[in-house]
Amino acid sequence: MSSRLVISGLRASVDGFEILRGVDLEVGSGEVHVVMGPNGSGKSTLSHVIMGRGDYAVTEGSVALDGEELLTLPTWQRAARGLFLAMQYPVAVPGVPVGELVAAAARTRGDDPAAYADRVTAEAQRLAVTDEFLTRGVNDDFSGGEQKRMETLQLAVLTPKIAVLDEIDSGLDVDALRDVARRVEAMTTEDDLGVLAITHYNRLLLGLRPDRIHVLMGGRIVASGGPELAGQLEETGYEGLAADLGVEEITLERPREVDPFAEPGF
Amino acid sequence: MTTFTPDASRALDGPDWLVRRRTAAAERLADLTWPTSREEIWRYSAIDDFDPERFSPVPTEELGAPGVEGAPGGGLLAAEAGDRSGLVVVRNGRVVHHELDPALEAKGVHVCDLATCAAGEAEPWLGMCSDASPDAFTELHDAFLAGGAFVHVPAGVVVDTPIVVLHWSHGEGRASFPHTLVVAEEAAQVAVVDRFSSAGGPHLVDAVVELVLGDGANVRYLSVQEHGPHTWQVALQRAHLARDAVLRSSAVALGGDYARLRNESRLEGSGAESDLLAVYFGDGTQVHDFRTLQDHAAPHTRSNLLFKGAVEDDARSVYSGMVRLRPEAQRSEAYQTNRNLVLSEGAGAESIPNLEIEANDVKCSHASTVGPVDDDQRYYLATRGIPPEEADRLIVMGFFEDVIARLPVRSLVDPLRGAVTRKIEHRGHPHG
Repeated sequence: MSSRLVISGLRASVDGFEILRGVDLEVGSGEVHVVMGPNGSGKSTLSHVIMGRGDYAVTEGSVALDGEELLTLPTWQRAARGLFLAMQYPVAVPGVPVGELVAAAARTRGDDPAAYADRVTAEAQRLAVTDEFLTRGVNDDFSGGEQKRMETLQLAVLTPKIAVLDEIDSGLDVDALRDVARRVEAMTTEDDLGVLAITHYNRLLLGLRPDRIHVLMGGRIVASGGPELAGQLEETGYEGLAADLGVEEITLERPREVDPFAEPGF
Repeated sequence: MTTFTPDASRALDGPDWLVRRRTAAAERLADLTWPTSREEIWRYSAIDDFDPERFSPVPTEELGAPGVEGAPGGGLLAAEAGDRSGLVVVRNGRVVHHELDPALEAKGVHVCDLATCAAGEAEPWLGMCSDASPDAFTELHDAFLAGGAFVHVPAGVVVDTPIVVLHWSHGEGRASFPHTLVVAEEAAQVAVVDRFSSAGGPHLVDAVVELVLGDGANVRYLSVQEHGPHTWQVALQRAHLARDAVLRSSAVALGGDYARLRNESRLEGSGAESDLLAVYFGDGTQVHDFRTLQDHAAPHTRSNLLFKGAVEDDARSVYSGMVRLRPEAQRSEAYQTNRNLVLSEGAGAESIPNLEIEANDVKCSHASTVGPVDDDQRYYLATRGIPPEEADRLIVMGFFEDVIARLPVRSLVDPLRGAVTRKIEHRGHPHG
């Protein structure tokens, strides 16, 4: 069955400061969408708001999967509906190896954990994850590349409908990036996975073969286009593109609080 | 005191040397002022709630005659312990059953009741550790000691398979005084599992465990405390290590109303090494109270302590640890880590690590943390579709895993992991 994630008019803030200022995006099964943007444009916020992290307040808009509103659901239920987030900085859970983690996810779904264990073994081979990283607590003392391989392994084992990949291309070497991108690409064709990849580099695009590129600046999608948009960005840079589009606010600077007792600067 | 009197102590039977030891302790006890939480070593404890008049010693008639009975079951843990080379069953402090692999017996290993074993074999060893660290409860223990498990491994003998000791205490309003005395002589090796459990009614367990390690001895020791919900435990576990001796000690504490354990290790010989591990988990209104001492009195000694605990509902825990590096402990290493998870708003954990360093060429560190389950870890697991209660179960088990995986008796790792899991799964249903 084909799925569709529809984000419309999404506005969100942290501590009263608005970071997402009306985001519209649609991702369907088998599609690869890439959101590009400079640091501070709201990219990571977008991924966590989609997933329902507690410290963001959604003020307007909707995130719906196959017509069901997700914003009212806790994170784990969004995941249970078929959403997955691969994190930029995956959290270490000492003493909980990936096998136990996916077994717990399987039990929650009412699936047989043994089948998931087999998939972990198969995916570990496919993603060159060695036994050591299967027995250690997930992400506990992992390098950047090991973390991203482990995120991809879980993605492949849990087979969600739509995956949000938050800077899955940062902090890893070219070999790991190639393995990760290949595996994700294969899922889009074999498993009809829909992908929303968030990045500020171009290099992820080579392996992922995106259908659509979106540029996020100042908490809004300011441009969308085919893969050629990435090439255009490469030439002009974000500032050049912003100038072409007449966008004034590229990044979001939080107003700095002035401490009246601070020592005078030099 | 009207219950723990010298007369009550004299009314207990036993060999002359034990009666003399008891009488001397009972006389000291009669002059003793009971401690209060104003003393540093009792700070944060429940000692101010302790009323000795609520308890009385188990009289000789109820203890029954010393001697061997058929093994009364042995409980779940004995069955789960898998292979064992010996078994001692101690009821209210008196050994009621003991058995040992005849092949070990032939090598001179003895497993028996310290009060009655042949030729007063236990006499020279009894009190070797505990007499060096007395407090009101060791005096009380010594005044009413009716027997206990004695494990004696002669020089050079290796006991691979664990010897299991099951202490069972029962009788409402009674006090019992379990004792385990392990002597591993030069280059001997032994593993001992000591299980302490009790019935559901109010009961005082005043226990002492002594571990005597000769030169080059190697002892693995695992104690499991699964007392009933109204048991008060005040216990001392103390080890003395001679040259190049190695102790791997661990404690798992799950039961009791108030359960205190002083856990002490004295490194007396050069090259001695002591590992001290503990896992504790309190719920309801339980209080777990640990006072540890890593006492380095010789050069090139090494100690490594890792205590991990969790509290939920209205439970409390106390960890107060001391590392002492005496002047003669040059080129020694001592590490002390205590980590606590606080799982409910009503629960609390105290963690007080202390160092006393009198030598200048040593390595030493201490670390201590008290905090709730990490929200980022919960969120991470939620993004994989795992609901919060299940996430917490995983996180808490993961938190304990580095200790549980290192428990020195492999055959008990899985059953104890299961016991901790059951405790977590009781969340929100204390004693349910």
